[in-house]
Amino acid sequence: MFDRLTTALRGIGHRFIDRVWRLGSAARFFFYTLALSGESLRRFHLTIREIYFTGVLSLIIILVSALFVGMVLGLQGYNTLQKYGSSEAIGVLVALSLVRELGPVVTALLFAGRAGTAITAEIGLMRATEQLSAMEMMAVNPIARVVAPRFWAGVISMPLLAAMFSLMGVFGGYLVAVPLLGIDDGAFWSQMQANVDFHEDIVNGVIKSFVFGVACTIIALFEGYDAPPTAEGVSRATTRTVVNSSLAVLGLDFVLTSFMFG
Amino acid sequence: MTDNIVEINNLSFAYNSRLLHKGINMRFPRGKVVAIMGGSGSGKTTLLRLIGGQLKPSEGAVKVDGRVVHEQTTAEIYRMRRKMGMLFQFGALFTDLSVFDNVAFPMREHTDLPESIIRDLVLLKLNAVGLRGARDLMPSELSGGMSRRVALARSVALDPSIIMYDEPFAGLDPISMGVIVNLIRNLNDALGATSIVVTHDVHETFSFVDYVYFVSAGVVVAEGTPDELRASNMPFVHQFVHGEADGPVPFHYAAPDYRQDLLRDAHV
Repeated sequence: MFDRLTTALRGIGHRFIDRVWRLGSAARFFFYTLALSGESLRRFHLTIREIYFTGVLSLIIILVSALFVGMVLGLQGYNTLQKYGSSEAIGVLVALSLVRELGPVVTALLFAGRAGTAITAEIGLMRATEQLSAMEMMAVNPIARVVAPRFWAGVISMPLLAAMFSLMGVFGGYLVAVPLLGIDDGAFWSQMQANVDFHEDIVNGVIKSFVFGVACTIIALFEGYDAPPTAEGVSRATTRTVVNSSLAVLGLDFVLTSFMFG
Repeated sequence: MTDNIVEINNLSFAYNSRLLHKGINMRFPRGKVVAIMGGSGSGKTTLLRLIGGQLKPSEGAVKVDGRVVHEQTTAEIYRMRRKMGMLFQFGALFTDLSVFDNVAFPMREHTDLPESIIRDLVLLKLNAVGLRGARDLMPSELSGGMSRRVALARSVALDPSIIMYDEPFAGLDPISMGVIVNLIRNLNDALGATSIVVTHDVHETFSFVDYVYFVSAGVVVAEGTPDELRASNMPFVHQFVHGEADGPVPFHYAAPDYRQDLLRDAHV
């Protein structure tokens, strides 16, 4: 009985220490990436190439999702607002929800699923097939040459993707509100213009998506770099990327929101 | 300047608290092709990583060009690696780059040469391994032997003075094997380099190397020129050279007594 208890306790302790240890090596990895970023900024074509893979290729899923999210927001918002006789405020509701919350958060979640997994799997397989080792032996630091360009590509892409998400979402909301539900065109836009503040809403949304970009990309890169060089290892790392990125995004969103709008 | 470009002195290395090497001494003279042989799992590849500074020895030291590898800073180790080429077991080609770009990679990273000169150099290297015509292929379109030749061209792209080969013959057909053997010897002599070949393929290796070290259970058990070793009557060398299943190197992984093992299972 006592034996079992100590084993259980020891198990918990082990897991805890393991997590903390991993967190520490992730943080070290992050700082190392920042310190070795010079080359990816100097030879910017390396980063541009990765922006194409992480950013441009994510566009379709981001834009299509945004359109539907915007349309659903329009429908749901109309239903509720109509009860209080203020259905003209639908434009404000759609725009604020998107710019402040849904734009950055949903983009980050989709980004983790679309681009994050690709980054993890690619780097994990590069490690498994000794490509990273080969690079080291060629006196090229893989953090500077492989990790840093992908990191900056993710950090640059995310705010742009989030901005496009919000834009497309507003358009989706417009499609539902004006042509479908018959809200006045002028009211829709003018209310939105009057009630969305550039600093308060848009800049804060951009800051959020920038933070999410850093978090999602570094998680994807670390999981790939740290993955055991086996098929199972890479598959687990890919799963962990999605789980950890999603949790990080939602957790950070709460913290940021309470600072910005609390 | 010593005659040995690489020296391994009394080197011990433990991996996950398992002692892989116990006091290894080796000399690699300039201009020679030296083989490190031993069974699978005897830590031969680890020796190459120790020479390249990717791992640190637990005791003893590896000296490259008279300088102890693990006492240098990271920047110095990177500088040292520019003089080294390494051929990985499965080539380790960059799968997102074409054959041409793979060979050009070290040149583009380490030199400021204009593209026109890089093009000439890449074609020169690819021609040496007979794959000039394959320059636009992607690594996924190459056979095992071809990938290894491309990787060889890439590892000698900057004319290194030390070339390391990790199992260059594993999984190759006899023709590709012959091609690689000739390439290793010719590249070594043409570049005036020193080659270290890690392998367990006795007959191919004995045909072209200058000196051989046999490693088993973490120590050097025999060394000499191929002729000396062929004539040797040491049990280990005999077993290895003649490919006998049992001998000083046991066929069985350490296990309890077979009879007792079977009986114990019966009671469960």
